Amino acid sequence: MRIDKDLVAASATPLVLGILVEGESYGYAIGKRVHELSQGRLAWTDGMLYPLLHRLERLGYVDAAWQVSEQGRRRKHYAITGPGRDALGEQQRQWTAVTETLDRLWRDGPAPARAVSLGGAR
Amino acid sequence: MSLDQEIGRWRGHVERHRAISARDVDEMEAHLRDQVNDLVAVGLEDDEAFLVAVKRIGNLDAVSQEFAQEHTERLWKQLVTSEEPAYRPSADLWLTIALAIGAAVAVRLAVAVLNPERAALNAALLVLPFVTAYFLHKRRAAAVTVGAAVAAYAATAVLLNVYPFDVDGTTAPIAAIHAAVALWLLGVGIAYAGGRWRSDRRRMDFIRFAGEIVVYYALLALGGGVLVGLCAGAFEAAGVTIDDWLAQTVLPCGAAGAVVVAAWLVEAKQGVIENIAPVLTKVFTPLTVVMLVAVGGAFIASPGVLAVDRSLLLVMDLILVLVVGLVLYALSARERDEPPGIFDALQLGLVVVALLVDALVAVAMVSRVAEWGWSANRVTALGLNVVLLVNLVWSAWLSWGFLRHRHGLGRLERWQTSYLPVYAAWAVAVTVVVPPVFGFG
Repeated sequence: MRIDKDLVAASATPLVLGILVEGESYGYAIGKRVHELSQGRLAWTDGMLYPLLHRLERLGYVDAAWQVSEQGRRRKHYAITGPGRDALGEQQRQWTAVTETLDRLWRDGPAPARAVSLGGAR
Repeated sequence: MSLDQEIGRWRGHVERHRAISARDVDEMEAHLRDQVNDLVAVGLEDDEAFLVAVKRIGNLDAVSQEFAQEHTERLWKQLVTSEEPAYRPSADLWLTIALAIGAAVAVRLAVAVLNPERAALNAALLVLPFVTAYFLHKRRAAAVTVGAAVAAYAATAVLLNVYPFDVDGTTAPIAAIHAAVALWLLGVGIAYAGGRWRSDRRRMDFIRFAGEIVVYYALLALGGGVLVGLCAGAFEAAGVTIDDWLAQTVLPCGAAGAVVVAAWLVEAKQGVIENIAPVLTKVFTPLTVVMLVAVGGAFIASPGVLAVDRSLLLVMDLILVLVVGLVLYALSARERDEPPGIFDALQLGLVVVALLVDALVAVAMVSRVAEWGWSANRVTALGLNVVLLVNLVWSAWLSWGFLRHRHGLGRLERWQTSYLPVYAAWAVAVTVVVPPVFGFG
């Protein structure tokens, strides 16, 4: 199963901020963590992560600093800030409201499987 | 081909996208190498791993577009941004010429009809509306924005001309200067931002614009001055004196029209000046530090000056304006994600030295003000000093944090952009309150 592009985009900010709550991290590691958490279902274009991180930095949600790893590789590390935590809290409330709504609808409502339809009758 | 060579070629390819800076490519290269390492660890060959990793980075054009949207200051290099309609140089040029002529005619009429003091009082009202109109048109501003600009100009016009200023007093020039600053921020600024004045980005763009229009205006003034001088010399040699005509028509009209032309040049030639802005700040920051150290040294060597010269506070204010200008200009031209370097340390040094010298002057002034009494000049100068001081003290603190890697440059940027309304409020307050309090004298 692949998740729709718009959903991936919408969930990117809370995902990144949520991962940074676990501790400071860098682009590649964040991408790997998303892959792990979503069991490969959330497919990111790796390059898109960086403009997003820069946006969060500009908004003051994360702080960034260049660091050198033990293997001598220079990486830009990101850490969540106070305003970032507030923003994440707000996002969490919104997402919870959305998932609860859908959940309520789908738990009791009819299944979406189509009995007869134009596309399926071929 | 080795992996390093492959990555080198990939870098070259990515760097061709103007919206992706070298720093961003560094960041993405680290990502690419991490990915290759992991893939090699699970059994892929170097070149296979490289291909997979590049593929996962994604379509570079799309990535570049995302970067461009995030870093509009880089699009500043390019004329076309996605949200603006196609740029038509010729139409824009005609509009500029028309507005420049409009400003020149307005000023000439004022010189002809009004007495010199009244004309000087209204100077900003004669010129800035044309610059504002240029941006309102260019940004296709909404009716609300146009209305706000018109209201700002109308209110200022009424205020300046209803107040019964004493011709020889000091409150008239104070009101004129502060009205100009207020209109620059609330009229031109809001039009420049296309009404989106709450946006930090737009404010930063406006700061950048303000710095560059100064450079262009200085260049135009220099050229114009040479031309006027040559013209006067040539006519004088021919036995015709045209000094009056030059003084009453050419100079004021040229000075007014040049503001509109300079605004247009900044808009149209953004890429050219971009290379000058950082150079200018880099040249003048160390020079200003040297100057301030010399000034501070002189004050300490002969403290008597501090107690005697009443205009010192005004000079100090101008120096602080210069320092704030250098800080803003450097900030607006800086690549945001470069790590702190020697120049940032130098700039912090500049701010700290300025604060120390200002402390010397301010303490001396405040202690003497009781003796001299509160004049309009002194109140205004002291107030401006406080406004600038608050900005610089907090800027210094944020620069320090940035140098210590405690936070990014964004903090300093946001501090400066959110401070703009303070300047506007201060300018409005002085224009409205100071003249009546001091009896319009």
